[in-house]
Amino acid sequence: MSAYDNVTAARANDRPTSVDYIKRIFGDSFFELHGDRRFADDKAVIGGIAELNGKPVTVIGLEKGRNLKERMERNFGSAHPEGYRKALRLMKQAEKFHRPVICFVDTSGAYCGIGAEERGQGQAIAENLMEMMTLKTPILSIFIGEGGSGGALALAVADEVWMLENAIYSVISPEGCASILWKDSSKTAEASECLKLTAQDLFKLGVIERIIREPRDMESRLFDSLKNLIADTFEKKSAIAPEKLVELRYNRFRKY
Amino acid sequence: MNSLTKDLFHFLKPKNELENQGEFAENHPYIPEELWIKCPVCKNAVLSSDLMENHKVCPKCGYHFRVAARQRIEMTVDEGTFCEMDGEMNSTNIIDFPDYEKKLKSAKLSSGENESVITGTAKIGGEDAVIAVMNSQFMMGSMGTVTGEKITRAFEYATQHRLPVIIFTVSGGARMQEGILSLMQMAKTSGAVKLHSDAGLLYITVLTDPTTGGVTASFAMEGDIILSEPHALIGFAGPRVIEQTIRQKLPKDFQSAEFLLEKGFIDAVVPRNEMKDTLARLIRYHSETITEEEKDV
Repeated sequence: MSAYDNVTAARANDRPTSVDYIKRIFGDSFFELHGDRRFADDKAVIGGIAELNGKPVTVIGLEKGRNLKERMERNFGSAHPEGYRKALRLMKQAEKFHRPVICFVDTSGAYCGIGAEERGQGQAIAENLMEMMTLKTPILSIFIGEGGSGGALALAVADEVWMLENAIYSVISPEGCASILWKDSSKTAEASECLKLTAQDLFKLGVIERIIREPRDMESRLFDSLKNLIADTFEKKSAIAPEKLVELRYNRFRKY
Repeated sequence: MNSLTKDLFHFLKPKNELENQGEFAENHPYIPEELWIKCPVCKNAVLSSDLMENHKVCPKCGYHFRVAARQRIEMTVDEGTFCEMDGEMNSTNIIDFPDYEKKLKSAKLSSGENESVITGTAKIGGEDAVIAVMNSQFMMGSMGTVTGEKITRAFEYATQHRLPVIIFTVSGGARMQEGILSLMQMAKTSGAVKLHSDAGLLYITVLTDPTTGGVTASFAMEGDIILSEPHALIGFAGPRVIEQTIRQKLPKDFQSAEFLLEKGFIDAVVPRNEMKDTLARLIRYHSETITEEEKDV
């Protein structure tokens, strides 16, 4: 499988989205919370509280939508500043009530538009990076599809970052890279190769801790095994003193 | 997919903030050696010596020409007080990106610097500070791992020695040629800013033309006080990327320093000729009264 095949697979319309993961892992226990308390509720970001093996967790996901209508409602998973601010609000809430945070990442990038700029897209992402670094509760980020640059990182300053086998994580889209490099956006395949954006590449670079195998029949085993893995990880991380946890997180990113 | 939905897809498909790299190189000439310089805004011819004396600000219309990092340091810190840190650090082609070595080599030649940022300690108006100045002549100030490392070290040094940090930003964003590791610099630098901030120390950013992408979405927007030079272009996405995404022309002065001031994202627009005094004053307002014994500890 080439890097470009990976890009195509990561973007495939029939891939499970954050909503699917939330439903299959947390079932009816998920209670959605809306809004950033400043401007609006961004539907590209879904967030709330759920139970995992009887313990509360904060769940946040970048949501692309599963059909055209949903995708338009959710702006194809590209969040505005209010989406990142909603995520941060929920993370701060998680810290206050001592529950861990799980983020599902699936976005081609933070939205580039007039409103996004007017309301400080850069500032919103920057604030998340800063605040997540010292959030005194465990954070786990799982890349389930596309991980587009700063808009993905804003939910991935975590204690551990995992990727689905066919997910991607990149500083720039292969199309963007190709058009800058070769002034030819059709050379996406070459660019995909150069950027080292596959789960395998990123594991080798030490950017992620775990690759989640994708069974041929995604629906069957993936969610159960993921549920157990998440629960185990939170149990381990919750045993670490918050100050130590923050120190480990700082060092995780300090090494790059 | 029919043409309508295809159109819709294209219309809504967001572009990555990095996709504006190289967008800013053209219309902002550096001052060449010639005697007469034509101002790109008021079109008046200005004597280059007058321009230099005026900190590269057009004496006729106030247009701020871009300034290389060394000159910026010269016009900002007290004479002879700058002491560079990590000046010998060099970028390498960590992910085997095509032609990156060649790009680095030509960036070094054209800028006369090793990287897109210069860091060090200095006095500003008699006050000690750590200063970092980015350089648009080095790959449009893009942030690679060495850029991020130098900035992180500067913050760690400042935290350890209880010093304020001043950063002049100019950047097209993260450096594509270092792949995901350039993106990680956003998190790394933000972490260092946070620890410096939690230690109760002052951080001032000065945004200069242009500041975009991964730098805007990390340390540029994390200052306690955020200043900007007049008319600097500041944004997350570059204007061309936004226009391609939304398929319409952007209003005039969109993403200018003055626009950001109005929207509440920067504290003040400060002309270059007043920058040093402004910084000195702000640092003084935050200077700690440390006794001699405490200093020794």
